[in-house]
Amino acid sequence: MPDLLSPALIMIVAAMAIGPAKGHLRTAVLLLAPLITLWAIWQVPDGVQGTVKFLSYNVEPVEGSALRRLFATVFALMVFVGGLYAFRLARWYELAAAYAYAAGAIGVCFAGDLIVLFLYWELMALFSTVVVWCGGTPAARAAGIRYAIMHLLGGVVLKVGIEGVLISTGSIEIRPLLATDFSTWMILCGILINAAAPPVSAWLADAYPEASPTGSVFLSAFTTKTAVLVLILLFPGEPVLIGVGLFMVVYGIVYALLENDIRRILAYSIVNQVGFMVCAVGIGTELALNGAAAHAFAHIIYKALLFMSAGVVIYRTGKTRCTELGGLYRTMPVTTICCIIGALAISSFPLTSGFTTKSLISLAAANEQMVWVYMTLTAASAGVFLHAGIKFPWFVFFQRDSGMRPKDAPWNMAAAMIIFAALCILLGVAPQWLYPFLPYPIEYEAYTAGKVVFYLQLLLFSGLAFFILLPLMKRTETISLDVDWLWRRAAPWLLQQGSRGLQPLLVFSASTWQSLEALSKRMAVNYLGQPETADSEERGLFARSWPIGATALWIAILLSAYVFIYYTD
Amino acid sequence: MDLTPHLPALQVVVPMLAAPLIVLLKPRGLAWAGATAVAMLSFCIAIAMTIDVLQGKVFTYQMGGWAAPYGIELSVDAFSAVLLLVVSGAGALGMLAAHASVDQQIELERQPLFYSAWLLAMAGLIGIVVSADAFNIFVFMEISSLASYVLIAGGPDRRALPSVFKYLIMGTIGATFYLIGVGLVYMMTGTLNLADMEVRIQEVTELNPLLVAAGFITIGLALKAAVFPLHVWLPNAYTHAPHMVTMFLAACGTKVAIYVLIRFDFLVFQSALPGHSTQFASFLMPLAILGIVVASAVAVFEGHLKRLLGTSSVAQIGYIVLGASFLSAAGLSASVTHIFNHALAKGGLFLAVACLACHYRDLRLSQLAGAAKTMPWTAAALVICGLSLIGVPGTAGFISKWLLINAAMAQDNYSVLLVAVILLSSLMAVAYVWRIVETLYFGSTDNVAADGATDIIREAPLPLLLVTWLVALANIGFGFFPQLPISLSSGAASVLLGQLP
Repeated sequence: MPDLLSPALIMIVAAMAIGPAKGHLRTAVLLLAPLITLWAIWQVPDGVQGTVKFLSYNVEPVEGSALRRLFATVFALMVFVGGLYAFRLARWYELAAAYAYAAGAIGVCFAGDLIVLFLYWELMALFSTVVVWCGGTPAARAAGIRYAIMHLLGGVVLKVGIEGVLISTGSIEIRPLLATDFSTWMILCGILINAAAPPVSAWLADAYPEASPTGSVFLSAFTTKTAVLVLILLFPGEPVLIGVGLFMVVYGIVYALLENDIRRILAYSIVNQVGFMVCAVGIGTELALNGAAAHAFAHIIYKALLFMSAGVVIYRTGKTRCTELGGLYRTMPVTTICCIIGALAISSFPLTSGFTTKSLISLAAANEQMVWVYMTLTAASAGVFLHAGIKFPWFVFFQRDSGMRPKDAPWNMAAAMIIFAALCILLGVAPQWLYPFLPYPIEYEAYTAGKVVFYLQLLLFSGLAFFILLPLMKRTETISLDVDWLWRRAAPWLLQQGSRGLQPLLVFSASTWQSLEALSKRMAVNYLGQPETADSEERGLFARSWPIGATALWIAILLSAYVFIYYTD
Repeated sequence: MDLTPHLPALQVVVPMLAAPLIVLLKPRGLAWAGATAVAMLSFCIAIAMTIDVLQGKVFTYQMGGWAAPYGIELSVDAFSAVLLLVVSGAGALGMLAAHASVDQQIELERQPLFYSAWLLAMAGLIGIVVSADAFNIFVFMEISSLASYVLIAGGPDRRALPSVFKYLIMGTIGATFYLIGVGLVYMMTGTLNLADMEVRIQEVTELNPLLVAAGFITIGLALKAAVFPLHVWLPNAYTHAPHMVTMFLAACGTKVAIYVLIRFDFLVFQSALPGHSTQFASFLMPLAILGIVVASAVAVFEGHLKRLLGTSSVAQIGYIVLGASFLSAAGLSASVTHIFNHALAKGGLFLAVACLACHYRDLRLSQLAGAAKTMPWTAAALVICGLSLIGVPGTAGFISKWLLINAAMAQDNYSVLLVAVILLSSLMAVAYVWRIVETLYFGSTDNVAADGATDIIREAPLPLLLVTWLVALANIGFGFFPQLPISLSSGAASVLLGQLP
């Protein structure tokens, strides 16, 4: 029976205990639970650990493999360091939600079949929404509901896909699929929504920066990376993913370069980095999948590190925009150094974790003779250095002096950052410690002279470009528009503009749109009612209490219809 | 003496005979205690029978020892067991929780009458479920309806009177239609016993009266069950009824009518009338879909908490009818499971509403802003039941939505449309449940006229809160261990489909 208990359950218990526990006991729960989970993760042997009957299916709550343990390990590590970072600042319900959210992610890692996977998947969606809400501002609340709708939509799409696969094949096994029919496409779409793939990438940069400084550290780690894991498990070598991944890579860079809010820069660069992994899953060779897994491992660490340093800055200064910050290195040396290490790692600078993992993906593309993929990924590496590697630390810690002299990070936050910074360098210096845990055996020498020189050139030139173009890169007070703006504002506007341009031909199109909009509003009021209608006021047609006569009429109509249908048959 | 064979009779007789006695218990609290004891006993009987039914037993009982076609027969199979659990469970748990809420809403001297009417409504609903005889179903339907009119009008809200009048008129039309239908069938077959009817109806050659009978019975019961667009009596009746009554009726009132509708149609008409099954499906499926979409949309825009939940009930009834209209074992068992699970979710929600009503007289959403701060436990229970209503994994609601989507995808025609409808309405459910959560947790408390301060914790009375949490936890429990409703509902499906070729 203990075989059937997923390590995720430890985290769930911890999440429930956080509320009642007080003081030092709570701290102990926060710090020990992830470590116990980590231990439990390494006790899970390979293969399916037995089945349980749920509904009429034999579900497999726990299945181990090298890949699953790798992801679960980094998740548990993330919870530990995140808990250390957050425990003095965050409120208990935010921590409880974050732990439950992490439990969902770890549960997905060990899910042996699609149903268990879906259960944990929704657990993640639910509690990550709560983490967003814990931002506590009206903007966080609004972003939270958009986030929730997007993820519940992703959830139902995934659910339909799973049920479709279940009905057509009779199996709920997790096994490599190809997107060939309606159900598998639905599964793929459901997962890609969580991976922040186009056209819905915007949810990520919309929601994560609205969470609290501590909340966004947790958010940065789990949702997209579980999506990557599930893609590796379900859709290795699915060609669609290469295109999707490349789009995400470019999208993330462009928007991160345009962005002014520091956490939004980091959020867009998550999309960019996940794009690398999605692309690697699409390539689908053993080397590529190793690259995706290794890169996810490294990415969680340096991205959390960057979010932590951004969190410290926001916590100490209360400012979130590049234009309002600058010159903080004077009083925040620890944060600055940790941030630079994270920034170098995300830019895959030699001797950091990004270098030893991302180069696996590029090599996989090169081995498959995918010239365009290789070129784009390489160019993107330079772009990453521009936006996350230089831009973020430069504008926050150097640049002009903003006059602020905030204190450096509190001890626990500093400790958390130092742990992750050390890991970034450790994985960069000694990648041979990570490689044995990758899903497939690997013979790879990260540091050859040619490669190091090549990457250094790439990075130094893009760094040069940054400083030459600095006047152009100066952050203005902008709020960049994202794809979600398209569906929220631009589509109506374009329709209006377009029709204005073609005046004589489409003269009524603009007015049609306006009248359509007015009509739908009027329809809502007339038929459904308004949210604040009191009892006595006018109500919508369907919300109104119809007179008895109207119902009598309906009765007559339905009875006649019933008999009539019969006679026509 | 072994009481087991007599359980079907006791199930009805105990609450029915206790009802008049309760009226005599004048001293304060005694009527409640007596009624609770009776309701709990009735729940225990239902559980005892369910245990036997789960082992494959079917109870049949001849009243007074008179043999079936002539005497009155009672029977309990898997399908009835689900309904018995729901009705007696809602009645018993409601009674257990009711004391504080009823004290608040109903004058002391009328309380014994109220409790007595409660037991009568319960006895009536139970009677409908256990009767194996078309005419007795009508009699019990009248008993339960009359008692529930009294219950709904029994509260302090004067607006309940016009609502209950409308309910009364429509309920009477519904019952009359049912009776006309039964009369027509009796004319052609000469029997009222359902099992006997099934056999004799095969020999009927003139089918037109049967066809009209099917029309009358379907429409009459659809009216009672609040199937769209015959649902108009429901939101107002639920809104203005005393809170505990709303909870009781929302959990089981309409479902019993659906039970009769499904049972009558599958057991009697589908075997006798050629092509009737397609007729049943093509008539009810559009109504179910319209009900799901329109009622969910209305609920999204509704501003009164009780009417919002009542409107959502119309949508949920749509799910139940939709499952039945698939005419497949998967669809029927999804439907029956949803009867059970929706009773849990909606019952829990209305219990939480009753908790809220202890401190908030006005249940418009705008007046409930920030209620989670004063009543954190109530709000948390409401969120759990709300998640179950949406169908989030780990709750009971997930199970029935899962089964329903499964059944829809196995349909040959329209499966994509059906799935789209279920998904769309799930998202609308997210929207209206979200509006409640948003108000409770994030609403600004500036314009709220609660009784007393809005920043200290003042929870509902403990018994009410405990029962609310019991139901909320049951929502989670049946989400992880759905064996009971599933095995009963698949039993029900095979009973119903056993009659079809």
